[in-house]
Amino acid sequence: MDLAFFLIQLLNGLQYGLLLFLVASGLTLIFGIMGIINLAHGSFYMVGAYLAWSLSSLTGSLSAAIALAIPLTVVLGMGLERLLFRHLYQRDHLYQVLLTYGLILVFEELRSLIWGDDVHGVAVPELLNYSIPLTENLSYPVYRLAISTVCLLLAFGLYFLIQRTRLGMMIRAGASNREMVQSLGIDIKLIYTLVFALGIALAAFAGMINAPLSSVFPNMGGGVLIICFVVVVIGGIGSVKGALIASLAIGLAETFGQVLVPEISGMIVYVLMAIVLVWRPQGLFGRA
Amino acid sequence: MDKEQNASCDRRGFLRGSSAIAGATAAGVLLPTHFAFGQQAKIKVGLMLPSTGTFAALGAAITNGFKLAIDERGGKLGGREIEYFLVDDESNPAKAPENTNKLVQRDKVDVVIGTVHSGVVMGMAKVLKDSGTLWINPNGGAGAMTGPLCAPNFFRSSFSNWQTTHALGKVLKAKGHKNAVFITWKYAAGEEMLEGFKEGFEKEGGKLTHELFVPFPQVEFQALLTEIASIKPDAVVAFFAGGGAAKFLKDYQAAGLKGKIPLYGAGFLTDGVLEAVGDAAEGVETTLHYADGLNTKKDNAFRLAYAKTYKLQPDVYAVQGYDAGQLLVAGLEAVKGDIGNKVGVIKAMEAAKIDSPRGQWTLSKAHNPVQDMYLRKVVGKENKVQGVAWKALADPARGCKA
Repeated sequence: MDLAFFLIQLLNGLQYGLLLFLVASGLTLIFGIMGIINLAHGSFYMVGAYLAWSLSSLTGSLSAAIALAIPLTVVLGMGLERLLFRHLYQRDHLYQVLLTYGLILVFEELRSLIWGDDVHGVAVPELLNYSIPLTENLSYPVYRLAISTVCLLLAFGLYFLIQRTRLGMMIRAGASNREMVQSLGIDIKLIYTLVFALGIALAAFAGMINAPLSSVFPNMGGGVLIICFVVVVIGGIGSVKGALIASLAIGLAETFGQVLVPEISGMIVYVLMAIVLVWRPQGLFGRA
Repeated sequence: MDKEQNASCDRRGFLRGSSAIAGATAAGVLLPTHFAFGQQAKIKVGLMLPSTGTFAALGAAITNGFKLAIDERGGKLGGREIEYFLVDDESNPAKAPENTNKLVQRDKVDVVIGTVHSGVVMGMAKVLKDSGTLWINPNGGAGAMTGPLCAPNFFRSSFSNWQTTHALGKVLKAKGHKNAVFITWKYAAGEEMLEGFKEGFEKEGGKLTHELFVPFPQVEFQALLTEIASIKPDAVVAFFAGGGAAKFLKDYQAAGLKGKIPLYGAGFLTDGVLEAVGDAAEGVETTLHYADGLNTKKDNAFRLAYAKTYKLQPDVYAVQGYDAGQLLVAGLEAVKGDIGNKVGVIKAMEAAKIDSPRGQWTLSKAHNPVQDMYLRKVVGKENKVQGVAWKALADPARGCKA
């Protein structure tokens, strides 16, 4: 591998890592910060992608579709929190596993009824639909670079929200001692509803802006679910910074793994996770 | 004397008569009831296909095609009515033995039709080898089914994975490509297609320089596309399907490789995804046992009938389901619906010449179609036929001893 291709693979790895952070960001919030196990995370990702496809074919523009779809997913998240999740905060994690596993099945069936079982494509917005030539036969799609920028902004925004604002403090406090926060006069119920909805909207948003790259197809959420949990677990429960660094590490490991040791590339991520868990069971940036 | 004689005659006559009656009871009485059974009892057909999940659409197309073939014969098999039993296999290999047993042991079906997913096919093979139930597989291309696991009651109306890429070797040679890389998912079907291509290409003096694998079912191709750009092969051969195929085609274009390094593939790369990928697949050439624009009498009639019945356009999966139906019809018409005569049914199916929308095909010794592989090229939203890449291609059926 000469230097030029090494640098391109480095870019690939970082770019893929940022994409992973984007996809896992909703889970970081709901599972990492709020402590709710959400196996249906991938379903919300899928819902986002299908909304982006159906609304952009209606309106003819991906940005319009995203602008329309985000309020819808926020409402969806608030509704689910009010109707279902709220009743399980005090219960064992197993109840959340059962509920969210059920939701996966429900969302797959609804998707099949509403949108069918075909593969669909979403057009890359015209403005970003070109590639920058890197070598004589390889170019880099600008849309991928644009997504990377969005991911970085999102990472800093999320970090700021959780670590630096009063709201973030209340969220973190609520996750560790709900009753205490409530007795201090903070409406923790409302905050939880809002943060949960934000997590769902982030998962769906990831599906939306990733749709032009990944295409839209049944069960697309199943593929991202496991890697998202790996990101949160490696990064450490409750840490946005950890999730970002874990995403980048996984992105680089996968990219160079596929090129340098293709025979075992499928398991590299899990080996990485095992090593981290042996070394630091709480994850890279998790509280001990 | 006369009396005695008469008496003895009578006695003998009586004995003869009674033994005749006894014989009649033994053979005659049983035979008619058996015959009456044959006239009235329905033939039990078990459809084990995915009706949920990623492959639900494929399961539906196969079912539609199968029923169309039966309905064209008045909805009967060799004069007997049919009763269908349905099991959703969920494309879940872990549940394959259990699901197959539902049909074989609970419903006691006469014939099993299934399925799409190769992993499930392997699970079915275990159960059906023991039970000996007649089995027609309308899709799953796992080589082992008509290889090491082959059996007299196992039939396939679709393809073996090996077949779908073997003819590409000739195609690449004809285009003047001397070396190539193969990229696919790291799982059984992908590896079998790679072998099929490698064998065909090397026979033509070509060299497969790199085998690139993406973990299944991942769809992040950027690292390997960069690798391809640095290798600079004469051609790239790929196998992906469904959403993965759509993404690969788009990424190949976005990486600027399209038009610089020609892309070929197993037909599934460009089947069912052309709406989704826009112009990213334009010009990509693939081989498969079916194509758009064959324009034969049989294909036109089939497409018209299918579109009329189901308000849908048929695809390669519908054709495979249709041919599974035709194969079963051929078997049962030869024995006039007597499904109990399994040897007769199998013999007739082995000898059948199936007049398929894809063109005529027969069965190999291992019961896999010996069929023409078409070279197709993506033109607009169609996989347009360019010609026959390999006439009557037979799977080598390695390891089949039956």
